Order: sequence, then C-alpha cells, then structure tokens
Amino acid sequence: MTAQYIVNGLTMGLIYALIAVGYSLVFGILKMINMAHGAVYAFGAHMILMFVTWNLGAVPAVILSVLLTGGLLVIYDRTILATLRKKKAPGIAALITTIGFSYIIQNGLMIAFGTEIKAFPALLGEKMIQVGNVKFAFSQVYILVVSIVLLVGLSLLIHKSKIGLAMRAVEQNSRAADLMGINAKGVISVTFFLSGMSAVIAALLLASYYQTVYPTMGVMIGLKGFSASVLGGIGILYGSAVGGIILGIAESLTVQFLSGAYRDAVAFILLFLILIVRPNGLFGKAKVSKV
Amino acid sequence: MNTYYGNIHALKGIDFEVNDGELVTLIGSNGAGKSTTLLTIAGVLKAASGSRIEFNGHDLTKLSPPQIVKMGVTLSPEGREVFPELTVEENLKLGAYCRKDVKEIKDSFDQVYELFPRLLERKKQQAGTLSGGEQQMLAIGRALMNRPKLLMLDEPSMGLAPNLVLEIFNLIKEIHKQGTTILLVEQNANMALKIADRCYVLEVGRIKFSGDAKEMQNNDEVRKAYLGTVNKKK
Repeated sequence: MTAQYIVNGLTMGLIYALIAVGYSLVFGILKMINMAHGAVYAFGAHMILMFVTWNLGAVPAVILSVLLTGGLLVIYDRTILATLRKKKAPGIAALITTIGFSYIIQNGLMIAFGTEIKAFPALLGEKMIQVGNVKFAFSQVYILVVSIVLLVGLSLLIHKSKIGLAMRAVEQNSRAADLMGINAKGVISVTFFLSGMSAVIAALLLASYYQTVYPTMGVMIGLKGFSASVLGGIGILYGSAVGGIILGIAESLTVQFLSGAYRDAVAFILLFLILIVRPNGLFGKAKVSKV
Repeated sequence: MNTYYGNIHALKGIDFEVNDGELVTLIGSNGAGKSTTLLTIAGVLKAASGSRIEFNGHDLTKLSPPQIVKMGVTLSPEGREVFPELTVEENLKLGAYCRKDVKEIKDSFDQVYELFPRLLERKKQQAGTLSGGEQQMLAIGRALMNRPKLLMLDEPSMGLAPNLVLEIFNLIKEIHKQGTTILLVEQNANMALKIADRCYVLEVGRIKFSGDAKEMQNNDEVRKAYLGTVNKKK
C-alpha cells in the first residue's frame, strides 16, 4: 500500500519539480519571484487543449503551446519587467506586477475558454499497469520519463552549454557579463522561455493524467511549486527539483496516513520546518562573498 | 589607432589617443573620471551626443558593449568583477564569449595559463575562493581571452600587497611586450609611469597634462600632485 502512495507521490512530485524549476530559473537570474508562473501553467494547458481541438495532432499542439507560452513570457518580460529594471524599480514593484499578470492571464482564459472545468484528452493513454501490488496509469510512466529527461536536459544546458554559462554569468554579475559581450537581454529572454517551456510540459503531463483543465488550475500548483523551489533552494536547479519530489511524496504519504484533507497544509508545514532548520533551503547555500 | 572622446557628465570634453602598440596610462586622483572614461569606451556608459570615440575607423559611441567587445576592445574592470561562483576555467571561457574561432580559443587558454601558471593550478576552483592577486590575474586573463586589440585595465593594483603589485605590473609589461596595445588606468602613478610609453593626467574630468611617461616622472607639478615627491635635483 505504501509503495502505491510513494509512486503516486513521486508522479506528483516530478510535476512540482518542473514547476519549481520554472520559478528557480527566473529567480536565479533576476532575483524575482514570478508569481504569474501558475497562471502561465494554466495558459499552457489551455493552449494545448485549443490546438488539440483544432486537430493539429498532439506533438504539434505541444510544440505550438511551448512557443506561444514561452513567447508570452518573453514579451511580458521585454515590455513590462525590463522597463521596471531599466527604471531601477524596487523588487516589490516587479512582484506585484507578476501577481497582476497572473490575474490578467486567468481572466483572459476565462473569457476565451469559459470558467467551467473542461475535459482534456488523455494524450498519454489511459492504460493501467500493475507491477506487484502497485497499480499505476501509463501516463504516470510518461510523467516519470518526460520530467526526468527535461530536468536532466535543463541541467545539462545550464552547466555544459555556452548559453548556460552566459545565464550563470548574468546571474552572478550582470555588469561583468556586459563586459564579456554577453547580451543580457537575450539571456533573460532565453531564461523566461525555458521557464515557460517547463510549465507547459508540466501542464501537458498533469492535464493528461487528470484529464481536466480550467483557468484557475495553476493557483494551488503554482504555490506548491514555489514552495518546493524554496524548500529545495531557489535558484539552484537540482535543489528545486528535489524539493518538488520531496513535497509530492510527503503529500501522498499524508493522504495515506492522515487524510486527504491535510494534504495542502502538510506541504506548507513541511516548508516551515525545513526553512527553520535550513533557511536557504535544503541545497541552498549562503553566497560566496566577493573579495 | 585613434580614440577621440567628447562630453559626458563626468568628463568635460577630454580628448586623447592611443596608438597601435602603445602602453598609455591615464592617471589622476579619485573622482577624476578615469574609470568613467574606460566604461564609456567599453560602451557600458553612454557618451553624450557629439562625442566621438574612434577605434580603427569605427565610431564606438554607436555600438553596444557586445559589438565593442567583438571589435577587440576589452575592459578588465575596477574591482576585478570575476564571476565568484564560476570556476577559473569558466571565467576564462566567458572572456572568449564573443569569439567564433572555436579552435583557436584553446591556444588562448594555453597563452593565458602560460602567463599566469597559478590560474592553471586553480582552474577548477571557484573564482570567489581565489586570493585578491589571483582574482586580478583572472580578470586580466579573462580580458586576454578576447585577444584584444586594445586592452583596458582599470586599477589592476587596487587592494594588493606591494609584492603582488610589482608582480602584476611585470605581467602587464610582459603582455605589452607580446604586442598588445594597453590603456592603463592607475592610482599608483609611480608604477604606471615606469612601464608606460605615454601618459595623460586627468583632473576633475579634464586632461591636465599629457606627454611622454619618462618626462612626466620628472615633471615637478605632476610629481607634487600625483607622485607624492618633488624632484629637488631638477
């Protein structure tokens, strides 16, 4: 029985991990929490639904959604957040802007798609598999494989590629990055795009699993992903990913041993406990001081 | 190579040039506008309209910092500004960020490591854990990775112990000897004048003196103001 809950928790945890990484990417480079990330997730889910209803096929639908969602974030950053940065607006201004943006997205979705819960096609299949006494949906295997591939891919991109090096350079010292000839604007756009992409993939996986979408679907999962990110160490990719997995499994075990009613509360109690012991998150570290 | 320079708020119409192969130093007290000058050439600060910074026939005031770096004008900034959580190797790699000749970048690594063997020893170490002198070497090495046609060094001796200052200056002399044109900004005017060909003295945003570095060392007024001693013999 417990194994079953752990498998389910891991599934959910990987989704949290994908969401958490989205927060982490943007936080790393801009030291800003993108509170619109949950809404961006909902936006991605609706885009996939729309393109699938247009009979474009699942793969093109997902690719188009990634482009559109990533593009939306890039435009949002270029027009609004970049202007705030240029005017040296305090962090709180950017924060409230992202909260505002999340409502604009959600309202837009309500107007365009209606407020009701809509059926989402089972893009990843409906088959169930049984291994021993653990039963799981085939889509859970997808969630496992796709999210791990994406997380590892993102990590490789950031630590091994040239654009990843540029991202880390801008993150640590944007003035010096300028002097290296790095186009910081471009790097920030790439970061937002990747953040959007991870949200769309999370949306694809989870919406196909639950087979529902609705405009406010990103609110709770956004908060959970944010918590997971802080829990693991925001700004640190693998930390955020591990944070997500821990959160997912903890929730699932809560449902097993306590009751489903405690599920959401436990996520945040866990966050408090870990932050009290490790204020920078599990893998967060105090900054290396510049001499 | 000519670098002309107009008005920006801190610089009240200064005009100077660095010729190909020269080591020119810009000295002056705090707040004279030395760093401002370098940051403006690098494109990080915008020159006021009407200014002209010419490099090999191109007007740098019309270019962005990445474009200026691509032209071969590289600044090693005041305070070193290394990327603290990246390794020494990654820092150097970033110095070559704008270069497209992937194969030859490896040669530049070898050259930098030959010049600064200590960076080779520490290539996997985080830059933030290096000593001040090593970070300065890294900052210069990083700038060299761009194979600059004009290398601008801002206060390379700042905050270093006297023996390290000497070491850094010897290395700058060596880099110059290997054919790099250098524009050096220094508070340590004595040391700067010893290795420079020519010198400009900047005072509150204006050029006060200019001339041969050796002659400057013997100029009473310059000595009194910037070198701390008056040459009695003269």
